[in-house]
Amino acid sequence: MLTYFEFIQEYLPALLKGTVVTLEQTALGILVAVLVAVIMAFMKMAPFFAIRWFGIAYIEVFRGTSLLVQMYWIFFVLPLFGFTLDKFTAGFLAVGLNLGAYGAELVRGGIQAVPRGQYEAAVALGFSPFTRMRRIIFPQALLKMLPPWGNLLIELLKATALVALISVTDLMFMSKQINSTTFMSAQAFGTALIIYYIIARLIVTPGMRGLENRLSRKLSIG
Amino acid sequence: MFDWKWDFTIEILPRLLDATINTLIAAGLGYLIALIVGLIFALAQRTPLRSVTFIVRELVEFVRSTPLVLQIFFVFYVGPQIGIRLSPWTAGMIAIGLHYASYLSEVYRAGLDSVPKGQWEACSALNLSVRRTYAKIIIPQAIPTVIPGFGNYLIGIFKDTPLLSVIGVMELFHAANSIGAETYRFLEPYTLVGLIFLVISLPTAMFIRRFEDWVRGALGMKKLYAKD
Repeated sequence: MLTYFEFIQEYLPALLKGTVVTLEQTALGILVAVLVAVIMAFMKMAPFFAIRWFGIAYIEVFRGTSLLVQMYWIFFVLPLFGFTLDKFTAGFLAVGLNLGAYGAELVRGGIQAVPRGQYEAAVALGFSPFTRMRRIIFPQALLKMLPPWGNLLIELLKATALVALISVTDLMFMSKQINSTTFMSAQAFGTALIIYYIIARLIVTPGMRGLENRLSRKLSIG
Repeated sequence: MFDWKWDFTIEILPRLLDATINTLIAAGLGYLIALIVGLIFALAQRTPLRSVTFIVRELVEFVRSTPLVLQIFFVFYVGPQIGIRLSPWTAGMIAIGLHYASYLSEVYRAGLDSVPKGQWEACSALNLSVRRTYAKIIIPQAIPTVIPGFGNYLIGIFKDTPLLSVIGVMELFHAANSIGAETYRFLEPYTLVGLIFLVISLPTAMFIRRFEDWVRGALGMKKLYAKD
């Protein structure tokens, strides 16, 4: 039996390799989620019934079923319709599409929380609807929704662990593999848990707080 | 539609519905554990003992920021290493129960914190016992605040039960996987699983909103969703 120190020496490189994949999945997942969230939020607020309906359906379907089911569907069923995705793409795409549906509600809530007077002032000043959204409403909404987005990004980081189940070689996958060759379960899974925790608390949370500070400073000055 | 086979659908549907019962049991049992342990976590953070508060707080943070699927593996495989053999069901319920307990403890906490400080002060001014303070004054006022949180996590735990399939709990997703492995057909089983999830979670969400309004009405508060 190896001591924990020897275990780390032997297997940390493999776990770190997995961590890099997890970070890649997280970053790409965030990109998809933000895009989907903004698009679906605006669709759900659209004045046309058909567009609004599509937004609502998307959000309800992706929030109403499991991410794991969605991921398997994208990976195993979409090829039957002629869209074959490699596992890496299917992984972050499923994560992003799923968390994006949750994000859409945050975006919508943020925009609707901007006081009515801000709209009226922008109309009175003769801004076009697009400028009004881009320069007046959205920046204020963004500041309001950053804290819940911080929580959502941690959910997204955690959700990427599921890509291991379609054999993307992320941190979760590596720890599972180390467990099955060494039977040192506490060490393998425990170390992976700690790495996830470090990413969440030392990268995601401070990063979001920094973003919030920068935005609030920018809004109060300019 | 494409390659959809209806006779195959009819054939596998009973098997999937059977497994759905297991999914519902897993979600219900896990939620029950989460409700009880979550309350303990929340109350432990209100004791005057600083060290207890600190330890529970950090534990909750840790559980909340690490993936559930990894926690399920951890509980399932670490047991035998230290001489405790857990069945997939037991390990799964412990993992999912603890995971959601740490979420629910935050809901409990937010609920108790949402009651204005003056209410607590009025209770001590009226010399009410701790028990009566909680039972008659604080908890009734905290309930409308916590219903959406409890409801969301109830649906959340339901949607996370497929993760239990990784350690071999025979629930809905596990059944779909076995069907896929036996027949090499994935379209019907996975689509049906998605539909079954939707059919259960959407009405539940609607019911929770109704229930919240009903409670708010019963307590004489403003309704949130009703149009009248």
